[in-house]
Amino acid sequence: MAAMTTSSVADRLAELRGPVPSRHHDARTLAALTANPGCTRRAVLDAAGVDKRALAERIGFGPRFGQSPFAISRGNAFERLVKSDGGAALLALLRDELGLRPAQDDQGPDQPVDGAGPADPGLIDLSRGDREERYRRTRDLVVAAARDPQAAPLLADHPLLRLEVGGRAAYVEPDLVALRARGRDGSQRWRWYLAEIKSFAVIDGHADPMKVAEAATQAAVYVLAFQRLLAGLGLPDDLVATDVVLICPKDFGNAPCATLIDVRRQLAAVRRQLERLPRIGALLDGLEPDLSFDLSADAAGRPSRSAAQLGEAVAAVRARYAPECISRCDMAFYCRDEARVTGSTDLLGRAVRDALGGLGTMRDVLALSERAACASPGGYDSADSGCDGGDVGDVGDGDLAEAARLLNAARRARREALAQAGVSAAGNGGTGKHGASA
Amino acid sequence: MSALAALARVEAFEAGRAVPLATVRHVHLSARPLVFVPVLMAGEAAAPLAALVGTDRTDPRLLVVDQPRDRDQRFVFLAELARIVLDHVAQCRGETELVEATRNHEQWERHLDAPQLVVPNPGGIEAMRLLGRSARFRSAQGPYPVDPLVPVLGRYLTWFAQDRAPTAGSSVCLALTEVLAAHWATGQSALEDQHLAALLAWIVPDRFGPAGAGLTGPQAAALAEDPDRWPSAGPATDPEFDTGVLSALIAAQQRAEGDADAAHAARRALREALRGRLQPTWDLLWQGLDLLRALPEAGHDEHRWRVDRGRFTDFARAVDEGAPPQPRRESAVAAARRLADLEAAQEAYDKQRALDDPLMLAAYRVTGEAFAGTVVAVDAERRDTSGRTPKPRPRVWLRTADQVVLRQGTKVACPQRPNQRPSIVSVTRQGADCVVELELSNDMGRKAVPDEGSVPEPGESRCYATVLAAEFFPPPPLPDPEQTPWTHGGPPAQYTPAGADHDEDWH
Ligand code: SF4
Repeated sequence: MAAMTTSSVADRLAELRGPVPSRHHDARTLAALTANPGCTRRAVLDAAGVDKRALAERIGFGPRFGQSPFAISRGNAFERLVKSDGGAALLALLRDELGLRPAQDDQGPDQPVDGAGPADPGLIDLSRGDREERYRRTRDLVVAAARDPQAAPLLADHPLLRLEVGGRAAYVEPDLVALRARGRDGSQRWRWYLAEIKSFAVIDGHADPMKVAEAATQAAVYVLAFQRLLAGLGLPDDLVATDVVLICPKDFGNAPCATLIDVRRQLAAVRRQLERLPRIGALLDGLEPDLSFDLSADAAGRPSRSAAQLGEAVAAVRARYAPECISRCDMAFYCRDEARVTGSTDLLGRAVRDALGGLGTMRDVLALSERAACASPGGYDSADSGCDGGDVGDVGDGDLAEAARLLNAARRARREALAQAGVSAAGNGGTGKHGASA
Repeated sequence: MSALAALARVEAFEAGRAVPLATVRHVHLSARPLVFVPVLMAGEAAAPLAALVGTDRTDPRLLVVDQPRDRDQRFVFLAELARIVLDHVAQCRGETELVEATRNHEQWERHLDAPQLVVPNPGGIEAMRLLGRSARFRSAQGPYPVDPLVPVLGRYLTWFAQDRAPTAGSSVCLALTEVLAAHWATGQSALEDQHLAALLAWIVPDRFGPAGAGLTGPQAAALAEDPDRWPSAGPATDPEFDTGVLSALIAAQQRAEGDADAAHAARRALREALRGRLQPTWDLLWQGLDLLRALPEAGHDEHRWRVDRGRFTDFARAVDEGAPPQPRRESAVAAARRLADLEAAQEAYDKQRALDDPLMLAAYRVTGEAFAGTVVAVDAERRDTSGRTPKPRPRVWLRTADQVVLRQGTKVACPQRPNQRPSIVSVTRQGADCVVELELSNDMGRKAVPDEGSVPEPGESRCYATVLAAEFFPPPPLPDPEQTPWTHGGPPAQYTPAGADHDEDWH
């Protein structure tokens, strides 16, 4: 089949979703894309805007992860606190802890930071209005700042940015702010800095590395969206810093502390994943034409597709399960069950799968481990590896032969050790039977 | 992940239940461990919510913070916890033994016992570390006085969680999921093994589900993952519990303020709900300990516990003598020393486990760092005559089916004679097998001919490994903290209690 055009891809995706509103990507789902980029199932469902959570529930594998209301209210309270006072405390923090010099400082000492004036609109609220409007206001702000750096506000609350994802617009919302400042790098140019407010604590300078990594990936999505905005306006994309400001509570208290984190690596990963997405057309080419994830119901509440039909549709798209999916993807319980039923080594985790020579199924692992392998000891002189005894006829591939050797050795060593322990446990003691049976 | 451990997971998956990864128990189990199930408030850095704690499996103490956002109540919680933990510590300080002086150390007294804290999972250890950090700088004096036991508890929790728990081979602070996963392989992933109930479900599936149901590991694990049957083992509660139960109970308490009866009822309801959430984990913890206890003790158990007892003796004395709390951040020298200590402990532990347990040793055969086989020939009379006095240098030929990738000259050793470190002379292929020629150079006595029994005999089975020949050298010398070079931050500041530490904000 010929490659699809952009519009036919969009039509196909709309068909897959059926007559229900499309789920929108957000920074979280975009960040998750980079966590398991190899999964076609997720790529197709996300591109089609299918509500994965609802889909998983319909097919009997509803996800369990959620957020505690305590965590949510703590997060909101901390964000409110950080932004209180029109952001005055926040500005001081950014200046004092990070050495960021807000553009306003250029105006000289006679213009104190907290002084009112045309150049000090303080914290401008971009969180109201519909998405189009918020995006427009965010863009206007950037345009205005490009024209006259002094005229623009220092802080913008909840700007809205936009990214093209698989041919559709996705809106993302930096949790906080865009701030214009000169960095510590001594450069005389000002930049926009994006800041994220997170309520996990930084204790004695250390925070949970997993949470920091998650925040960094999300922030990279914002930076990318900001770069796209700048590019759309014909402005240089390095006008946004690739260091983002992470604002967290310090130690056990409520006082915020700010840290700059370099997200260039995450930015590259997110960009790469998004660039791969247009190839969704190629993924769609491989799917059955009548495939549908339609979650709609008629007026009487009768679903247009049965759970069994939906389940078949999901099964028809190839997945790449990993245990990490459980905390990252709504489909995980379904995919885990599938991996279990098919006996896939994915079930055990990537590290285990790699240690098993990359073999895909448990059955293959056991079969290879039990084959009376030509133990071809590599040793000093592999030219001499007299591989004449074992039946390794179909093991043509070198990797497979190596996997077989490894698994066979593992099985033999394990059996012998268990037998030896059994012997000594029975009181026979003394020397065991190491290697005697080889 | 070794190929051996990976294969064990596949075998467990096929068998439908866990399979052994060890044939002996590689941690010490104290006769009366202090079991601790801590639960923290979601979204907060270290706000204790509840704990079940105690040494008696039939009678755990339930500690609850009625108003988790109330700072005073947190300190009441910590004071109660301090009483229990420090009592456990005190009980281990009864008798001592005399340790003879050595070249580096004068004669000293070592406690005959050491405390042992067991928590459900690594998150429990992290909770201890955070509670320790939030408690150790507090003071009984000043504007925010706390119970004088609180800062002492803080130091002990820090010692348990931060000093001992990461040290390989130490058993004073154990996360049960990690210990179980080191002794059994399940047919699920390491991530799922962090769930205590699911992990135990693979090891003893018949304990899950109705009696006589005869569940398989995966069936039992599916039940175990149901948070209504087997709630989270902490330190976080299940979000559903927070939403459906806990928030209502905490709100009820706030509403009941001023009404003694209502407040009492609300407190009771909260306690009952939390006990219900924690009790299943408490029971699982003790079942897990039973399983471990049923394994034979490793050969080096006593040795390792002696090290723990020694470290405990040192630490307890330092606390008695008024040593300052552990600093917020380690100095460069302390961090380097600590890293060297951790590495040395890991190496020693690896070697000990390989010596004590054939299944541990087996993993090295797969990676080519060990080989096992039968002694096919011995030249016991062989000598090195190049020096003034001829020295016995017997040679041994061992036939193995293992792939030998070790270089000529590599030192190896075997469990039967761990101090003897022969070196590899040559490896020759013979069909699918290899014949390894070894030269013995030590541990044969001081005479011109090797002592009886010090040279392997033909027909004997041996497994030689490099890990067993590992020698431990003292860590590289580090400057005293006072001499830290300026490149590494210079000498650390002496700890002086600052007011800010004592009344540090605790949101
Ligand atoms: S849970 Fe399934 S659909 Fe989601 S990323 Fe993992 S394998 Fe793909």
